Amino acid sequence: MEFGPIWRAMMRNKTGAILIALQMAVTLAIMVNAITIIQERAQAMSRPSGVDEPNIFYILSIGFSENFNERLAIEEDLAALRAMPGVANAIQTNSMPLSGGGWSMSLQTEPGAGIEGTGTALYFIDEHGLDTYKLNLVAGENFSASDIEWREPADSGWPQKTIITQALAETLFPDDWRSALGSTVYINDDQPMTVTGIVERIQAAWNGWSGVERTMLVPQHTLFGSTNYVIRAEPGMRDQLMPQVEELLASNNKDRIVRRMRTMDETRERSYRDDAAMIKMLTFTVILLLLITSLGIVGLASFSVSRRTKQIGTRRALGASRSAIARYFLVENFLISAAGVVLGAGLAVGLNMLLVEAFDVDPGSLITLVPLAMLALIVIGQMAVLGPARRASNVAPAVATRTI
Amino acid sequence: MFRYYLKLGWLSIRRNPLLSALMVAAIAVGIGASMTTITVNYTMSNNPIPHKSEQLFAVQLDNWDPNQDDPSSFEPPDQVTYTDAMALMRAKKAFRQVASNRSGLVLEPENPDERPFSVDTRNTWADFFPMFEAPFLYGSGWDEAADENMDQVVVLSQAINEQVFGGENSVGRSVRLNGMDFRVVGVLKEWLPMPKFYDVTNGPFDPTEEVFIPFTVAIEHELPRNGNTNCWKPTDGDGFEAFKASECVWIQFWAELRNEDEKREYMEFLNAYVEQQKELGRFPRPMNNRLDDVMEWMERQEVVEEDAQVMMGLSLLFLLVCLLNTIGLLLAKFMRKSGDISVRRALGARKSDLFRQHMIEAGLIGLGGGVLGVGLTLLGLKGIQSLFGDIVDNLVGMDWVMVLTAIGLAIVSALLAALYPTWQACRIMPASQLKTQ
Repeated sequence: MEFGPIWRAMMRNKTGAILIALQMAVTLAIMVNAITIIQERAQAMSRPSGVDEPNIFYILSIGFSENFNERLAIEEDLAALRAMPGVANAIQTNSMPLSGGGWSMSLQTEPGAGIEGTGTALYFIDEHGLDTYKLNLVAGENFSASDIEWREPADSGWPQKTIITQALAETLFPDDWRSALGSTVYINDDQPMTVTGIVERIQAAWNGWSGVERTMLVPQHTLFGSTNYVIRAEPGMRDQLMPQVEELLASNNKDRIVRRMRTMDETRERSYRDDAAMIKMLTFTVILLLLITSLGIVGLASFSVSRRTKQIGTRRALGASRSAIARYFLVENFLISAAGVVLGAGLAVGLNMLLVEAFDVDPGSLITLVPLAMLALIVIGQMAVLGPARRASNVAPAVATRTI
Repeated sequence: MFRYYLKLGWLSIRRNPLLSALMVAAIAVGIGASMTTITVNYTMSNNPIPHKSEQLFAVQLDNWDPNQDDPSSFEPPDQVTYTDAMALMRAKKAFRQVASNRSGLVLEPENPDERPFSVDTRNTWADFFPMFEAPFLYGSGWDEAADENMDQVVVLSQAINEQVFGGENSVGRSVRLNGMDFRVVGVLKEWLPMPKFYDVTNGPFDPTEEVFIPFTVAIEHELPRNGNTNCWKPTDGDGFEAFKASECVWIQFWAELRNEDEKREYMEFLNAYVEQQKELGRFPRPMNNRLDDVMEWMERQEVVEEDAQVMMGLSLLFLLVCLLNTIGLLLAKFMRKSGDISVRRALGARKSDLFRQHMIEAGLIGLGGGVLGVGLTLLGLKGIQSLFGDIVDNLVGMDWVMVLTAIGLAIVSALLAALYPTWQACRIMPASQLKTQ
């Protein structure tokens, strides 16, 4: 209807319009890419670790004196822990999912040096491991007490059995992961191990690793000098148990110290702290950005209304209705926004390509995100211009007569 | 004239307080956001030892897997094996050299009522302290003889000396670590190289270690290690001796080379060494030894976090939006003043006078935005600290350079933003405006 005259009027004074359009374009580009990163991080954070997080905590024990008999200490500690009221189960291990530090090895389905293996995280557990973590065994069987061996720090040999995760089975046996059960895999190039069980999931220690669900469980106790005890509490008992466990371990053996007692919840929080922070910062940035952009629109529209007061009065005097005046500013803003978001869509895609190229950013689903963001910005633009437009519609026709 | 224009600018700013406040706020928010991220990036890419960084070189030897998928793009490992570390230490071909690794020990206080506690430890050599210019509060580092004789000596951080000896001069006294007695030879002053360039493998923004002991002692007594260990092939046999002989890398090796000649000679020495090792069946890959000085090393090891770079990029775009905003608002403001401008033109002011006057006004707005922006930056850094926790404590300080950069950036931004509106304002034809007055 009025597009023509409004467009031509705008073209007579384009700078303001161009500035708003540019601002909206850059805003859209930032917004889309910020949301892409937010989605990527939120997706990573939502992956389950596979263990019973709410009830599990762990504590580090470090032997330091010459008299420290680690094997005896582990046996006594585990017996004491498992006997404690409120403890569902407990094990001794080398590292925890999502904790950031751990052990990895390479597995292959054929023996021999020079074969490209599959990287896998590794936890040493005993026959209580599956129950302590509450892992879901989808094939095969648990370790038995007689499978469990003792491992010295620089041992190079490996036990016969291993339980692996489904993700690892899928990588090693891409045709049919179930065929992993009973198969022989090779560690250290040529040492055979038999897969005796497959668990649904237990994550590795490093959340940023692409193979985070590729994990193998090895039936050994470790004698590495420092060790983690993992305790699963009965539901609701965790917080009550933690100080008791710390006191028990600190007092029953003076040749070691215990430190860094942590819940799995805290471990998850620490592991994803950077991502959580990134999400918060980006959300804040986007909100601030939208605020600045809309304030800019309000400012410029107000200016344009006050500059055109006389013009508006004249139009009113010639018979234009209030709504026609308000509509003028809404349509004008719509035209500017439309130009801005179309340019912005291009910028958003460009910036995305740049980020993917320069950093390891996930490209995200721009096809749905860009149109949504375009729509949102247009709505925001219309809302910002609503106030000035209403003020314009209140200009009295009499204004037209004043200074002529 | 400058003061007169300042006054005019101030009056003009006060005439539209809301519009002016909006402009100052837009600049301040843009500056706040970008300076927050710039500060974090600036600290992450800080030169931790400026006057010497070009004489300290990280040594890389490529002892890695010959079957690594793409040999041409493969970087040599960032650490060295025990075998190579010892060979290079014994050869003493550099002006100074140091092999070190991260470890953790348990310290038992003399008072039996106090519980033992663990301390971050670095196993290192005598050259470490003069080479990296560690500042001493009491005593000094140990000498080469101590390395050779495997003397049980220790250098403490100021904080540990405070905790164990109440801050007094503890040189000559004894500290019990992992059941062994060590004699204190030195206490460091507050020392926090940021980033911790000599070991970026195990956390470039970690605090400095709490105790330092001779590497040779740690090896002799098989004291625990807790830094990164990377192996590409199985060790031959069991036990610590087999581990020492393995191709596992776990030691950071640095050499101090004072000039290009020394660097060239050292490189020749490294190549000759690897050549000789190749004859023994080691180093299956093509010769690929590296010497990177401190800043090259930080770059190669990608010490600056990607997230920080992404955030900095986005926040600079954010500043751009704020500036576009300011341009629009300034344009509106100056246009509204077209009556004033016409009168001044009609009374004989030159275009250049008007240009100067309005740039000064914009500069004032920029100054306001800058000062407020510094405040917002401090707030932003606090925010980052609360989001990331103690791990970023060392990254969120704003020094004078950053404060001045913030204010300078704000003023330059405001002046840039003002260029077009001012030019427009100066172009106003006085006659057209004066007619309707």
